[in-house]
Amino acid sequence: MQALLQQHADTIVKSSRRTIGPAIDAIAASGLEQAQTVLQKWQARAMWQRDSDGLFFWAEEVDRDTLRIFDFDSGDDLGTAPDDEFSQIKPNSGIRALLGVALVQFQLSDPNPQRRLDALQAIQRNAEASHLQPLRNSIESETDAGIRATKERLENLLTVSFDDDEAARIAAIEDIAGNISLDARSTLNPLLAVSPQVSEGAVPADRNVARTLKPGSAALPRDAAYEMLVAEGLAPARISPEAMRAALAENITDGRVGGVPVGRLSDMAARETAYAALAEAGTVPAFVREAEVEAALARHSFYEVYAEPSKAVTDAARAAMNRTQRNVHMSQAFDLTLDALSLASIFFLAAIGLAITFGVMGVINMAHGEFIMMGAYTGYVVQQIIPNYTASILVSLPLAFAVTFAAGVAMERLVIRWLYDRPLETLLATFGISIALQQIAKNIFGTQARPLTSPAWLDGAWTLNDVVSISYIRIAIFVLALIFLALFLFIMKRTRLGLETRAVTQNPRMAASMGINPDRVNMLTFGLGSGIAGIAGVAIGLFAKVTSELGQDYIVQSFMTVVVGGVGNIWGTLAGATMIGFFQKGVEWLNPSNTLAAQTYMIVFIIIFIQFRPRGIIALKGRAAGD
Amino acid sequence: MRTSYFVRNPSVVIFLAVLLLFTLGVTALSDGAGNGAISTSFIKTLGKTLCLCLIAVAMDLIWGYTGILSLGHFAFFGLGGYMVGMWLMYERTRDIVITSLANAPIPPTEQEVVDAIGTQIFGVVGSSEFPLVWAFADSLVLQLALVVLVPGLLALVFGWLAFRSRVTGVYLSILTQAMTLALALYLFQNDSGLRGNNGLSGLQNLPGVSAPQSVVSLWFFWASALALGLGYMLASWVVSGKFGSVIRGIRDDEARVRFLGYPVEAFKLFVFVLTAVLAGIAGALYYPQAGIINPAEVAPIASIYLAVWVAIGGRGRLYGAVIGAAFVSLISTWFTGGQVPSVNLLGYRVDWVEWWQVILGLSFVLVTLFAPKGIGGLVDLVTGRLAPNRHGADYGPDQGALMEEEGRK
Repeated sequence: MQALLQQHADTIVKSSRRTIGPAIDAIAASGLEQAQTVLQKWQARAMWQRDSDGLFFWAEEVDRDTLRIFDFDSGDDLGTAPDDEFSQIKPNSGIRALLGVALVQFQLSDPNPQRRLDALQAIQRNAEASHLQPLRNSIESETDAGIRATKERLENLLTVSFDDDEAARIAAIEDIAGNISLDARSTLNPLLAVSPQVSEGAVPADRNVARTLKPGSAALPRDAAYEMLVAEGLAPARISPEAMRAALAENITDGRVGGVPVGRLSDMAARETAYAALAEAGTVPAFVREAEVEAALARHSFYEVYAEPSKAVTDAARAAMNRTQRNVHMSQAFDLTLDALSLASIFFLAAIGLAITFGVMGVINMAHGEFIMMGAYTGYVVQQIIPNYTASILVSLPLAFAVTFAAGVAMERLVIRWLYDRPLETLLATFGISIALQQIAKNIFGTQARPLTSPAWLDGAWTLNDVVSISYIRIAIFVLALIFLALFLFIMKRTRLGLETRAVTQNPRMAASMGINPDRVNMLTFGLGSGIAGIAGVAIGLFAKVTSELGQDYIVQSFMTVVVGGVGNIWGTLAGATMIGFFQKGVEWLNPSNTLAAQTYMIVFIIIFIQFRPRGIIALKGRAAGD
Repeated sequence: MRTSYFVRNPSVVIFLAVLLLFTLGVTALSDGAGNGAISTSFIKTLGKTLCLCLIAVAMDLIWGYTGILSLGHFAFFGLGGYMVGMWLMYERTRDIVITSLANAPIPPTEQEVVDAIGTQIFGVVGSSEFPLVWAFADSLVLQLALVVLVPGLLALVFGWLAFRSRVTGVYLSILTQAMTLALALYLFQNDSGLRGNNGLSGLQNLPGVSAPQSVVSLWFFWASALALGLGYMLASWVVSGKFGSVIRGIRDDEARVRFLGYPVEAFKLFVFVLTAVLAGIAGALYYPQAGIINPAEVAPIASIYLAVWVAIGGRGRLYGAVIGAAFVSLISTWFTGGQVPSVNLLGYRVDWVEWWQVILGLSFVLVTLFAPKGIGGLVDLVTGRLAPNRHGADYGPDQGALMEEEGRK
């Protein structure tokens, strides 16, 4: 080894990224056991050269002035020596990177599995042709099944990119066709990278042409095509209006340009005349006419060329990519479905309280959104007292219910019960309460958003593959929505309160004569609806910012959900939430940059939908529907 | 025997007289034409208040008389403002551009001027092209026509769809609220062509007018007063005749009016479109005085406040709406302006800027519960025109024809 080092001593000591290549390659390819040590020590700046005879050693610094010297070949400890007899080899960052690449092959067979994985990740991040052979060599001796699978996958990807044998590449490409993982896609993409080219006459046959372009088509606008010609030096540049204007401004003589008075140059035709005169005099480049542009475009052919020269490879890659794209689209559709379901469950959760107060009782409660907000703030306050996030969520759910239940009962007793005959005025009075509550929340908690932090086990996301993932919070909300659906059904269909509620809603006087106290039932039902809004508030607060306007963001959508679904029927609310959720996500998918547009279209869609089913998706029939 | 319209409606005469006296009084005290006792900014506030009174009259027409609680009339108000704002902004920017290009060595072409205006106006949303909606922005006449046409057309389409499918009561309220929310969300987008949430600004400057703001504000004040006077007369004329009887009938029992053979939907649609146009005109006068319009103005909350004003002023009487809008909006300006001294209440410092909303909300609840006739109801005490002595008490203007027993069912 020392001999090898001596052979390359000059380049090693000079330490230049451009010249060091052969030295590193020689060491790495030497097949000597010590090669790894040398490269590692070199990379770690622990290689020293003795000034007296130029021999290389690796050394540890014992203290400021003393080194403990080791021999590379034998690994023997040669004792300590003062450091002024040695000079340190200081590789710069470029060389250290090269050393890292060279070390990969050793790390791939390292006895420590973690080191092997690290090496694989390093290759994955920054793959090079030189990695392929060491990687292949290391597969045979790999004992760990998991790492072996990773190695084989990586080997396949590197084969696609770097193998010299075309058939092997095509086989490897076919192997990863349809694979939607990000690294498979990022391996295929460079193969399909194209660059636009232009040449005189027909498309040359010796290039791997992806497609020919027609100037004036969507893929290659006419102006862009001519720009290409200009950039290639195949045609003279066109004079833009700005350039013409600048040229005219430079050539004003005695208030005239090319014989045209300056005052008349506010007209395009006059400017062209003036410019033509200047061009004739030779002071400015000639104006390129449309006909010349046309002729130049017709004379040349435009096409896209693959960076990859082999047509067989690009064809295989194209086919593989098509299959991959199809799979990606399917996964995206699945992901979108999950997103839509999660949005639907948020709407459902926000609307389920309304389904009780508005849907069953027929009371328009504009302060419903503020009850959601109160629930969220309750969660926030509880978190200030109980620092453990899991415990605080468990406490705040029932507490939010209690707080909003009390608020709902108070509101029903004080305001709403006087207004049962006047629904429009209920709307207004509850709106008054809504703005008062909002402002009170603003006065207490300020205008800035308060955090409601979810427990750690709700962080993160459930990831199916590189396309499909959904956060645990959204799953939790989905589950919560299902629980509330069940709870609602249970209360309404299986309990005394539900029976009495339905009776009072249908015919309060008949119910009263059966011994039901309508006042009490109304109060409890309203309280229940409000309480559920409070719990929904905690859930919504976990992923949205808790502000005093939190409820306002949901109130219109919630009413829409209930109205679209059909008043008085929980399945209708469910259907309404699902439809709105899916529709909104669908529009977002068509125009992903713009959620505002999605909401706009959704509302317009709902307004139109109401035309066709004024009573909602699931309309009550018969007496239950009586106004 | 037909008597004169004004004799039959003494309240119109009184209202117009009060409005005239108010206008003259403010003019005499103004900065631009009088002794300067009222600052220009307060003239603007008063002018804006008059515009709000006009939209409140429209709201009273649709809600107090026809019984449709529209929570979307500020959409029409905002659209009117946007339409006039487009012209104001275009022409003003054009003036600026022409002034700045005048120093260039080569005089600019038409196209260059338009391009520069586009860059000026839309640079803030990262564009320089004029969207289609600005096609008429260079023509004052067309833009003024759009002030009427755009809100009118939107109201026509929306109203036709909604009334045709017999959406009534609270459902219609929610639907109108959704409409204004959709419009606000649409305008918030940068690619809506109306500068997204930046809105249109600099509207207080009249292009081509060199008069100072003190005079311009007075012009707008007069225009607002005139519009309010005309709008009030139009509204009172609409509700005074047979047409008025029909729409009040629709308010009290839509089904009965339909059974009597009246095309209820057509009546409702007419009133809806008429009030939308009034709202558009009010908006077109309001925003040049405010100087800026942005999508937040069209948010649902604004339309709900409109209902609050009308309810507090007293529904079903036009002067009630005017009183409500003027009273509540001026007192809101006063309280939220921070000029009211804070009060110490049991050791807690009550800052009115923070607590005014709470008081407004709660007083609104109280008015709904205990004084459904609003401030306008006080007039009844003066004139002695109490509710007719029916077998049961009436429920106030909203369900005036319903007896107590009927209403209880």
